[in-house]
Amino acid sequence: MGILSKKDAALILDPLADNNPITIQVLGICSALAITAELEASIVMAVSVLFVMGMGNVVISLMRNIIPSKIRIIVQLVVVATLVIVVDQVLKAFAYELSKTLSVFVGLIITNCIIMGRFEAFALANGPKRSFLDGIGNAAGYGFILVVIGFFRELLGSGTLLGIKVLGDPIEKTGLYAFGYENNGFMLLSPMALIVVGIIIWVQRSRNPALIEEN
Amino acid sequence: MAINTDKNTYTIAFAAVMVVIVGALLAFLASALSAKISENERLEKQQNILYAMGVNENEGSGSVSFIGTDKVAEAFNTYIKYQLVLEGDKVTSNDAAYLIDLKKEESNAKAGKTRRLPVFVGEKDNKEFYIIPMRGKGLWDAIWGFVAVDKNMIVQGVYFDHKGETPGLGANIKQRYFMDDFIGESILNNGNYVGISVAKGNNDPANELKTDNEVDALAGATITGDGVSAMIKQSISLYKPFLQTIASN
Repeated sequence: MGILSKKDAALILDPLADNNPITIQVLGICSALAITAELEASIVMAVSVLFVMGMGNVVISLMRNIIPSKIRIIVQLVVVATLVIVVDQVLKAFAYELSKTLSVFVGLIITNCIIMGRFEAFALANGPKRSFLDGIGNAAGYGFILVVIGFFRELLGSGTLLGIKVLGDPIEKTGLYAFGYENNGFMLLSPMALIVVGIIIWVQRSRNPALIEEN
Repeated sequence: MAINTDKNTYTIAFAAVMVVIVGALLAFLASALSAKISENERLEKQQNILYAMGVNENEGSGSVSFIGTDKVAEAFNTYIKYQLVLEGDKVTSNDAAYLIDLKKEESNAKAGKTRRLPVFVGEKDNKEFYIIPMRGKGLWDAIWGFVAVDKNMIVQGVYFDHKGETPGLGANIKQRYFMDDFIGESILNNGNYVGISVAKGNNDPANELKTDNEVDALAGATITGDGVSAMIKQSISLYKPFLQTIASN
């Protein structure tokens, strides 16, 4: 891996696969249900969380020796909230269009349990470099699953990808729709996100039986 | 050097210092950026108003594209002939009418004060447009928009926006395939100002029937759709005296 030692590389790669925050730790499910009806929203959320988690982990890690343990959760919340607001304000001033897309997610980022979980479990006990890698890794693992869910929900639910009609036009009856294909409106509703997550978990565990918990 | 981070005095001191630092940082950021942000919001309002009257850069049946921010101020002066404010029976001209905060006016009305109702008269290709701002409630938060009608009360264009509707569901009210359905619909039904309802039932999904005061709803966005119907109905009833004057001339 060149610049990264094997142990450091694992910090990034593990959450992408065998220690994925969504499919293995089953964290961050709420936002995975809420915003994955469209691929674009999934990508925006993934990028935002990547930024907030990378930065937040570094900040918490730098302060880890001076944070009073009695109020550490509050301190973590303040750090996340501050970061999110800073990003929101800067975007509003310099990338107004993007900030409008993002505004919906601001609340969801603050309450994302993966962020708090990584602060609590990792950044409080590790140095800034390793914390940064851990944050990036976990956010990427989260984002990856989000994009996969968003891909299937938008494709099967609306017949589009990133707003482009890839399967033809449902009203004009062109492309796939000419053969009687219909969009599955159920895919747009939150329960289907859970079922897609379930399928991903199923596929992942059947490929790697070591992940199956003993009863 | 080890600090005893468990002591109460330390905890309180830490919290106090943290609040001051974070507060100062955010206050500094907010005041440094506020001019730029309000400028962006001002241009966006102009873009939205022009969008409703068909001054936009839409192509084919693709996505919403506004007139560019570099051209919008000039276009706003060209296309918007009058900005009027209705206050009870009075009509005044006001060049900053588009900056009137509808939310504030709403709470003024609730407090018993006279409500100021902004309305814009636009002209494009020798045709007059009357553009009415709207504000209502969606599923999670506020929704708002503009509707442009001609003197026969036929909708020429709408623009909707929202603060926090669900992406992929309610948030789609700002997509063209939803907004374009309103064009050509009448807000009148047998001479009554009924507005346009977002209707389920799928009796007219291609929206060919333009006299039914209905457009097809978005799947999975019932509450947002009902919010849009209510918002249009309420705004139209507020502006009814003005619209009647227009229609009778």
